[in-house]
Amino acid sequence: MSGIAGKGPLKAIRWIEHAAVVDVAGDIDLNTSPEFQQGLLRVLDRRPGKLVVNLAGVMYMDSSGVASLVKMLSRARRTGAAMCLASMTDRVRDIFEITRLDRVFDIYPTEQEALASA
Amino acid sequence: MNLAPGSPIRMTVLSTPAHLPVVRAAVEKVCELAGVDEQAIGGVVLSVDEAMTNIIRHAYDGHDDQPIEIELSVTDSALRIRLRDFGRSVDPAEIRSRELDDVRPGGLGVHIMQECMDSVSYEPAEGGGTRLTLTKRIAAQEELRP
Repeated sequence: MSGIAGKGPLKAIRWIEHAAVVDVAGDIDLNTSPEFQQGLLRVLDRRPGKLVVNLAGVMYMDSSGVASLVKMLSRARRTGAAMCLASMTDRVRDIFEITRLDRVFDIYPTEQEALASA
Repeated sequence: MNLAPGSPIRMTVLSTPAHLPVVRAAVEKVCELAGVDEQAIGGVVLSVDEAMTNIIRHAYDGHDDQPIEIELSVTDSALRIRLRDFGRSVDPAEIRSRELDDVRPGGLGVHIMQECMDSVSYEPAEGGGTRLTLTKRIAAQEELRP
């Protein structure tokens, strides 16, 4: 998947059957969220049945990053893809709880649980 | 080592998103030295980040070469953070958080600041622009000593 993963916040994209698992790392803020969003868009353009965003490597996210994920969730729903977030650090989870978006996203403690979800 | 009350730290950064990580690191360190509760530090850092993001986007319309003045000061009971921009003034009465049930990107910064800080206030700055003051209560210095 050259051209999507490696540079910027998206470090790797793995395909597991019909699911695309995206490994994200670094800080997601106003500086990096455009690249983050573009990378996820390009993965969704490949029409996965499920998109799992693995956030284990993300130590910090602000509302710019959250906004990118809200846009991707909307896009995924339009294309019929399921979208899950997995392996959030406590600090990243905090912003989802503060903004109550933890009720909107399907969030799983591990990537395996996200992949196993319906 | 604790940060002594009455010795504010001042810095001026440009309105570029590239400076956000630098400011976050500085605010986190000041929080540690000021004795902000460890569980609350992330929220303070996030609030300053959101404030700067709003300045870059709204006061300066995305221009990345404008000044943002930041002052961090400690009293016996609070950490006070002031951010001053020289951009388009916004009527403080018009600044409010949006309904969270309306799930859409954007507009969350003010809500985040109000949730994470003890007070958030905007005022027009002399000479143009806006001054935002954020405060977070901290334990009295005496209480920090064993």
